[in-house]
Amino acid sequence: MTKTDDRLLGWGRYPRLPQRATALTWADDALPAGTDWLPRGLGRSYGDSCLAPAGGLQLHMTGLDRLIAFDPATGLLRCEAGLSLSDILAFAVPMGWFLPVTPGTRFVTVGGAIANDVHGKNHHVQGSFGDCVRRFALRRSDGRVLTCSPTENADWFAATVGGLGLTGVILWAEIALRRVASPVMDQETVRFGCLDDFFALAAESEADFEYTVSWVDCLARGKSLGRGLFMRANHGPAFGAERRRPARRLSVPVSPPVSPLNRLTLSLFNWAYYRRPVPRRAAVHYQPFFYPLDAIGGWNRLYGRDGFVQWQCVTPAEAGPEPVREMLDRIARSGQGSFLAVLKTFGSRKAPGLLSFPRPGTTLALDFPMKGRATLDLLTALDGVVRACGGAVYPAKDARMGAADFQAFYPQWRQLEGFRDPAIRSAFWQRVTEA
Amino acid sequence: MRKVLIVGATSAIAQATARVLAARGDRLFLAARNPERLEAVRQDIAVRGGHAVGAFAVDMTALDRHQALIDAAVESLGGLDLVLIAHGTLPDQAACQGSVEATLEAIQVNAVSVIALLTRLAGLFEAQRKGSLVVISSVAGDRGRQSNYVYGAAKGMVSIFLQGLRNRLAKAGVQVLDVKPGFVDTPMTAGFDKGGPLWAKPEQIAKGIVAAVDRGRDVVYLPWFWRPIMLIIRHIPEGVFKKLKL
Repeated sequence: MTKTDDRLLGWGRYPRLPQRATALTWADDALPAGTDWLPRGLGRSYGDSCLAPAGGLQLHMTGLDRLIAFDPATGLLRCEAGLSLSDILAFAVPMGWFLPVTPGTRFVTVGGAIANDVHGKNHHVQGSFGDCVRRFALRRSDGRVLTCSPTENADWFAATVGGLGLTGVILWAEIALRRVASPVMDQETVRFGCLDDFFALAAESEADFEYTVSWVDCLARGKSLGRGLFMRANHGPAFGAERRRPARRLSVPVSPPVSPLNRLTLSLFNWAYYRRPVPRRAAVHYQPFFYPLDAIGGWNRLYGRDGFVQWQCVTPAEAGPEPVREMLDRIARSGQGSFLAVLKTFGSRKAPGLLSFPRPGTTLALDFPMKGRATLDLLTALDGVVRACGGAVYPAKDARMGAADFQAFYPQWRQLEGFRDPAIRSAFWQRVTEA
Repeated sequence: MRKVLIVGATSAIAQATARVLAARGDRLFLAARNPERLEAVRQDIAVRGGHAVGAFAVDMTALDRHQALIDAAVESLGGLDLVLIAHGTLPDQAACQGSVEATLEAIQVNAVSVIALLTRLAGLFEAQRKGSLVVISSVAGDRGRQSNYVYGAAKGMVSIFLQGLRNRLAKAGVQVLDVKPGFVDTPMTAGFDKGGPLWAKPEQIAKGIVAAVDRGRDVVYLPWFWRPIMLIIRHIPEGVFKKLKL
């Protein structure tokens, strides 16, 4: 039996499946023989969408990290798929270019960003990652290499964007970067006392702010249900003072035997974080703005050996605030609060991928220490709320949703199955389509 | 701005080192066996804003091509300040034990071709009385072990050659740096279970190489902790050592 190696798990370190690994370093390297392997980037998907089926083989892509071409007039970047967004920013920001879409960590690969069609705090302006991808090359296990774009092999393009790595190996991609005047963000923070205030702030902010996101105190109940901090920002003009790079990264080298993230620290954190003095307007470097957790390497280890589960849903715009209120109420009553409860409204743009997660509505992201049955039961109840209102749960963050729920959230999964490379399969796909 | 020749430029450690040197403004001339991969590395350096002025596809076991490589680099760069020799293979020990050809081929690639190239470069550097010759050997060359003594013997031969060369070139003011990496997470080690804290990333090794060049070091273990580990391993009495499973 292959042993379970922490570095071959998902970011939440649950579930713990035995995995083997090999690497693709050159575009023409042989692909693994046999089936049940899965291309993998930096492994920042939380659950099992970045795992091969138990005992299967991960094909690590991070050695395929070369830049191929960059046009400084248009910002069009062509690079290999294992390059990280962090490397792209290190290259592009000094020249005044930025990623149009970035998720909450910069330690993901271009291939992973495409495969999960990741989104950021500016979804209502820029859409999801697939919207800034102009072309890519997709290598299939039968030897074909397809160049895909919204107009060339458009069906393969749509299947691969958000396709969870199942349609083949992405070799390189062309990404349209966007101009920025400085590495600094012009950020405002507004405290809000309840869920209705969040929706009012979101509606009021979206026209004037490219980036909006909220932290929610998910222990608050009653009249305070849904209170939190609303952050809204734009790329700043060229300041002077804040240009300095942020401090050196800290890291969590090993899992502590007892997780410091428990009910007591959670209550204290939520109480204090909500009340912390925040300057209403501040100039902040893009790194702490976009990637606060990237400052602590291996922060996932803080959850201890049992790991944690992330859960993110979107509820449709027409369902209004009620499903969100119901979910927050269930979470508050369960006492299983989340340190990082994040609430955001998505824009109305239709996502480019067949299986893309973003859609018009409200998205709520949570993480819970993995406490077995109690945690799983709460999440199943939340799935039910999402299903009842016609929403969806995000595969990139999932470790446990039921096959029936997944197939209700993504009825188009059968079409993706038709585009899946017969040699490639993930533990996630096995779990939600073969049950 | 130094003039740098990198041999084995498509190896993971060489690629990472090339990126560090290019970011510092050095001018690079890259050599490797596979022309397409070499071009991918040259493009990467060029797009990153580096001066990858040239590339030369060559199989280093073709010893009669070495002078042409050196001439092309000197002509393209206008001289040489630093040569990094990073090509090599990790032979399968079990296969070598059953095959004279496999054993000699491993020694040809990892030792003979390196020594042949250094012999040509030594005269050039001795005459110009400056510069750095940097060679990637291995901790495996510090003591023969049953699990990879063919590789170890080849790397050990290179290390002893470098000792003598350093002794010879010291009075000419030429640095001869022997880089001894431990376990590095590269395609060369794809078959290994890379668990544990002993495994390093090519980027760490690259930074270590550049720092050792800057400080004028002679021998550098990368990461540093391999120096005390190998000190102990070298000093275990042979009577004990031969009974260990290493």
